[in-house]
Amino acid sequence: MPMIAIPPPAQIAPLLRGYNDAIAPRRRQLVLGLALLAASIAVACVGAEVDPATLWQRIGNFSSYFGRLLHLDSGAFVWTDPKEWFWGLRRWSGLMGETLLIAYVGTLTGAFGAFAGCFLASTNLTRPALLCTATRRVLELFRTVPEIVLAMIFVVAFGLGALPGVLAIAVHTAGALGKLFAEVVENIDMRPVEGIAASGGNWLARIRFGALPQVLSGFASYMLLRFEVNVRGAAVIGFVGAGGIGQELIVAIRKFYYSDVSAILLMVIACVMLIDFASERLRHQFVSVGKGA
Amino acid sequence: MTPMRDMLLARSADVEARHQAVLATDWRGRAAVLAGIGAAAAVYVYGLVLFGFSPLWLANGARRLWDIIGLMLPPDPQSWSQFRMYLGALGQTLAIALLGTLTAVVLAVPFGFLAAKNIVAGRIVHFLSRRALDTIRSVDTLVWALIWINVVGLGPFAGVLAIASTDFGAFAKLMSEAIETADRRPVEGILSTGGNKLHAIRFGVVPQVLPVIAGQILYFFESNTRSATIIGIVGAGGIGLHLSEQIRVLEWQQTSFLILMILVAVAVIDQISQRLRAGIMGRRGT
Repeated sequence: MPMIAIPPPAQIAPLLRGYNDAIAPRRRQLVLGLALLAASIAVACVGAEVDPATLWQRIGNFSSYFGRLLHLDSGAFVWTDPKEWFWGLRRWSGLMGETLLIAYVGTLTGAFGAFAGCFLASTNLTRPALLCTATRRVLELFRTVPEIVLAMIFVVAFGLGALPGVLAIAVHTAGALGKLFAEVVENIDMRPVEGIAASGGNWLARIRFGALPQVLSGFASYMLLRFEVNVRGAAVIGFVGAGGIGQELIVAIRKFYYSDVSAILLMVIACVMLIDFASERLRHQFVSVGKGA
Repeated sequence: MTPMRDMLLARSADVEARHQAVLATDWRGRAAVLAGIGAAAAVYVYGLVLFGFSPLWLANGARRLWDIIGLMLPPDPQSWSQFRMYLGALGQTLAIALLGTLTAVVLAVPFGFLAAKNIVAGRIVHFLSRRALDTIRSVDTLVWALIWINVVGLGPFAGVLAIASTDFGAFAKLMSEAIETADRRPVEGILSTGGNKLHAIRFGVVPQVLPVIAGQILYFFESNTRSATIIGIVGAGGIGLHLSEQIRVLEWQQTSFLILMILVAVAVIDQISQRLRAGIMGRRGT
């Protein structure tokens, strides 16, 4: 490394002073921000009843809990006897299938709703601004209420079962997808639509050949992404009695059926990962098709 | 316009004859699309039949739901002390979200380095750490909450740990990606002008990574506020506990009031965090 000529201190001092002056406001801002953060952490610790002593005392429980998850009732490790570990495989895979189906039907129903709503919510297609804003507010309400809260209310209204879960997911999905779909619709290029209108196409032809090819790949990829999210959601929606594997999982956790908990969790994780992987593949395909078209 | 249209129409047979390949109907493609749509519709209908869907069920439920919505209005906490209690629970929810997010950040930093390609060279370490993080991420916050309740008991502390556990996986992944994409040139520049290693990290790496990470932290805080409102349903503290209780005893006015509180809190947090994020990102831009 070549030697670097360091200027004499007398020359450095004013430069350093200038630098310090220049960043002083930012430093003050940083210190203020950090103090604010520290204060809110302190308040939050009191509010959330954080107790490191409890954690320290019981952290052993955590590792032993995971240890117990990995042991059968007989005391052997779970992987020594997969048949005993997954004793309920038939029932659990049925419930897992139900979970996937809840996510699927919910996503599709929600997507229909979003499809209907997105045209009303996009400013370039809906003229009355009030209608547009109203649709947007409704969609916002749908996606801000957590789906498990919706599921709890629907279970009361519709009774126990998978359908209230489907409905809860559908409503939440309509809200979330409606916003994304509307953004896609607002961003389309109007020139193909005008081109078809200019060459004598009717309204249906304009939508079918002008708008649809532009939005379809975006819609499909958002739907797949939402399906991934909904599979996770559907897996826990059974906690409140809305069908799927969640019911089985919460019973196993609450009743300390340790090996069942790990078996069910493993199935859920494997399923979620598989779906994520498959849908990522599919989405890439949609994106490349969309770009190619 | 009409003469031109007539002229074009007269020539259309000729045009069609010359571009047969383009205009020919793609039966195979059409059949594939139709088969795909048919299969998707079949699964959809199968699901509805399996779950016992019927218009009567929908009509009855919708009527009851309508009644419930009627009972929800106007939102009302019933009493002043009740309102104060709910406000306290909301504060607890925010505290859970804040502490959970920060705990996840602190824990995720070392693992982020471990999972970054350019820091740890071993492909196996990289692959395994990524998969492990994915596994942690796939377990829902509510499940983590149930597990932590078994460890530290009922209460908000279990909620903090649950949120920290879920986000830990996601954060470590983001962190590793931010580190991987960091530009080497500022570091080289600082080293070449005589800065030491500490200078290189402070002025070369931190300014690149910090805004990205800070933006992500805020974003996660936003989404964690939403998660923290529901973990109370399984007993891990916060406003969700009251919410599920009020739904169970069918106190609809209080339920709608609690939902309203959650909506307002989420909206306010979103606003604040968006402002802060814009500020941080803007500083990076200059």
